[in-house]
Amino acid sequence: MADFQTALLTAIELVIRLDPDLIEIVWLSLKISLLAVTFAALIGLPLGAAIALWRFPGRRVLIILLNAAMGLPPVVVGLVVYLLLSRAGPLGPLGLLFTPTAMVIAQCILVTPIIAALTRQTVTDLHEEYDEYLRSIGCGALRSITTLLWDGRFRLLTAVLAGFGRAIAEVGAVLIVGGNIQHVTRVMTTTIALETSKGNLALALGLGLVLITLAVAVNATATAVSDTARRHHG
Amino acid sequence: MADSLARTIPASGVAERASTAGSLLPLVLDQVCYSPHGKPVLQDINLELAHGLRTVILGPNGAGKSLLLRLCHGLIEPTKGRISWAGQSTAAAANRQGMVFQRPVLLRRKVAENIAHALAAKGVRRRDREALVRASLEQAGLTHLAERPARTLSGGEQQRLTIARACVCDPDVLLLDEPSASLDPAAARAVEELVVRIHAAGTRIIMTTHDIAQARRLAEEVIFLHHGRLLEHSPADEFFSAPRDPAAARFIRGELID
Repeated sequence: MADFQTALLTAIELVIRLDPDLIEIVWLSLKISLLAVTFAALIGLPLGAAIALWRFPGRRVLIILLNAAMGLPPVVVGLVVYLLLSRAGPLGPLGLLFTPTAMVIAQCILVTPIIAALTRQTVTDLHEEYDEYLRSIGCGALRSITTLLWDGRFRLLTAVLAGFGRAIAEVGAVLIVGGNIQHVTRVMTTTIALETSKGNLALALGLGLVLITLAVAVNATATAVSDTARRHHG
Repeated sequence: MADSLARTIPASGVAERASTAGSLLPLVLDQVCYSPHGKPVLQDINLELAHGLRTVILGPNGAGKSLLLRLCHGLIEPTKGRISWAGQSTAAAANRQGMVFQRPVLLRRKVAENIAHALAAKGVRRRDREALVRASLEQAGLTHLAERPARTLSGGEQQRLTIARACVCDPDVLLLDEPSASLDPAAARAVEELVVRIHAAGTRIIMTTHDIAQARRLAEEVIFLHHGRLLEHSPADEFFSAPRDPAAARFIRGELID
């Protein structure tokens, strides 16, 4: 118990005096996850809208797979990306294994289904409400999609935040494809795993505090966004 | 209230409007049936609407009024029969019509942006939109609400906004589906007055209602629909004073008809 208290105090101290090691790790984590979520949003938003609006054979199966992919096990994604990027793999010549880029790819794969599935649901609901009106004013396909995405902006932002929450807290995929190399590919979650096993509880706890704060901040933002939406747009 | 409003509604001359709203008319329905999943909800509708009157499609709930309007606007396809607007298909004619739904469909945007969006969808250039939006808001008495999120307006204001939005491109025909069914009397009155102003400006009005008093105030001709069949199509004064159809007569007397 005394050990834990000392570690916690040291951890708080690390956070307060902005320890350079800690800052480097937090900064890299944010960079990787923000990039991954950006790419995931660029793919997932139009993909989700397209699945919501177009009828094609196999659509129901795709929706089931997409919903299931929201819970993809990170270690499996890590393993697959590892096999693709490893020297013997099809993308081996790119030399991306154990780089931050590999970590962005792995997180992007994890987050895209979350954003796409939530987007599909949002756009389906809005489309049900708007369909006859949009057809009545002669709205074309492209304008219909942009209308639905813009009018779903608050719920879609919440979906993107959910994706970010998943990316920043995930450990299995980035550990496998990043390799947890000091000053290169160490992010908050992989550092916590490693430092805990080494007995360096202070740094692990410090990063844990930052992670929890981030999780709270993301959820607070999501709540604020949906409150604003309800107040202004019913 | 009904009387005072009736006085504000000008008697409409057929000839003066025939010239402005004539391009989409006549609307002709030839043996139109609509039977989704094999269940007939509209049967053998024959109808010709030629001149610029305010037409009210009257009937009890579930008569098929709303479906008839949707068929005319091309939102749904008839199972059998043909619908044409001055010889054109419903799809070709739809862009010169405005449609107002019973439950206002409002975008999650500001009032002015709702109108601007409709203009953009109809291909009006960006620099021409602002003046049209302003004129449209003024006509509906919504200028002071231009910057408010549309869905925070009251029910009556919302419906006036959807009417203004449907009319912003100066359609030949305005179709309204029970536009004041869920409004309080003051808001319903404002909606009716707006409809009358739009009609006076030269737009053909085709509107559904189950409210006999509203039909008396607004109708110049009445189409009576019951159980998916068109039972009577008469000038309003004839319809209300001497209805030919027995079910219509009972409906006008306020009896429950089945």
